[in-house]
Amino acid sequence: MTQEPIGSPEIYRLQVNGESHDVQDAWLGESLLYVLRERLGLPGSKGACEQGECGSCTVLLDGAAVCACLVMAASATDADIVTVEGLAPDAALTDVQAAFLDEGAVQCGFCTPGLIVAVHHLLEHNPEPSTLETREALSGNICRCTGYGRIFAAVDAVVASRADQAAR
Amino acid sequence: MSVLTPSTIDEVLAHLAERPEALLLSGGTDVMVEINMAHRKAPAEVVALRRVEQLRLWRHNPSSEGTGGTVTIGSGLPYAEMEHGPLAELFPALAEAARTVGSPQIRAAGTLGGNLGTCSPAGDGLPVLFALDAIVHLRSIGGQRDVPVADFMVGVKQNVLEPGELVTGVTMPIRHGWQGYSKVGVRNAMVIATASACLAMDRDRGAVTLALGAVGTTIIRCRDAEGWLAGELDLSAEPLDISDAVAQEFGRRAAADARPIDDHRSTAAYRGHAVGVLSSRLLRRAAA
Repeated sequence: MTQEPIGSPEIYRLQVNGESHDVQDAWLGESLLYVLRERLGLPGSKGACEQGECGSCTVLLDGAAVCACLVMAASATDADIVTVEGLAPDAALTDVQAAFLDEGAVQCGFCTPGLIVAVHHLLEHNPEPSTLETREALSGNICRCTGYGRIFAAVDAVVASRADQAAR
Repeated sequence: MSVLTPSTIDEVLAHLAERPEALLLSGGTDVMVEINMAHRKAPAEVVALRRVEQLRLWRHNPSSEGTGGTVTIGSGLPYAEMEHGPLAELFPALAEAARTVGSPQIRAAGTLGGNLGTCSPAGDGLPVLFALDAIVHLRSIGGQRDVPVADFMVGVKQNVLEPGELVTGVTMPIRHGWQGYSKVGVRNAMVIATASACLAMDRDRGAVTLALGAVGTTIIRCRDAEGWLAGELDLSAEPLDISDAVAQEFGRRAAADARPIDDHRSTAAYRGHAVGVLSSRLLRRAAA
């Protein structure tokens, strides 16, 4: 019943964006954010506060939007992890990313990947959010440039275009 | 360092029996901050609870006596699950407290088990557990014990959890009557409490309970204010008629029970004042 501790040798496996990745020779206390960026070559998730306040590292962990900086990577060995790189195949833009560009919802861009993941998560669970619901869903993603107006406009644009497509 | 990822409670307990000093990792929102900021030496052994589905369940225990019965909430259920839906209807105060925990990303990870394991007086779930007289369920490979939450938390980040023990969940009675949670911090969103309070009416017993957070070494139950109010008014009545004088005196008595300190987040004087205002406001909301 007792499983072998992961640790010697220190190799574990993560499922990220549908692919299996071996993490080798890593210290097991590392956050998922660090492992994604520094060990797996996935620098889309950004590290700013590293204490769960800014949302720049938001990823999907078994479908829940969480801060990758607060996930111990070695504890997520069986989880389905999706990063901003995994939202669309072959480096294509998702409709949310395209709307952020069209609406000018990006200035310095540091918060953008986390916001993109958070918006995808919101619209997957609530395709037509009220203004309050959008603000609430994005309240864990701090942007210090835009004042959020353009970001909310981008969300509204995606909602409208998805509704339009569904009606056709 | 080792990280174990068991998937059942029995596996967790077997690991803990072999490694009683192992760190139990629930949502990670406290532990990982300390590790990232190098405030905590990396634990030698970690037992991660993420895969233990049994800890993420909750159930209603109906009563044979015609009362509302009780609800048992698994220690690994994320706060996000308490904000809306059936649990929020059963425990509005828990829903309000859950809603104030960090950001949506934090609430998708953080748990009552984490609040109990960390036992910070500022933990948002704890005043609710104290106001509702929650029972904390502990298990080890040697057996299980049930501890009233007021006996579980014994100091700042101190509890009676023994090496080898796991918090599996809490059980709280379903009460008739208004209940709510309020807190103040330096801003409106994503903030650690400077002072907090949970008030819960119990119309069947004609009683009220009030618990204060972040104004003492543990959560503080305001027995004096509770008893005084029950003597002043018929608390089984609906609607309650709360005069300004009663609300103010209730807040004054609550503040007198607080034992706040000065620290990096606030001053004792402000905390004492704030917790009195919060208690008065909660009582006014109960009557509204």
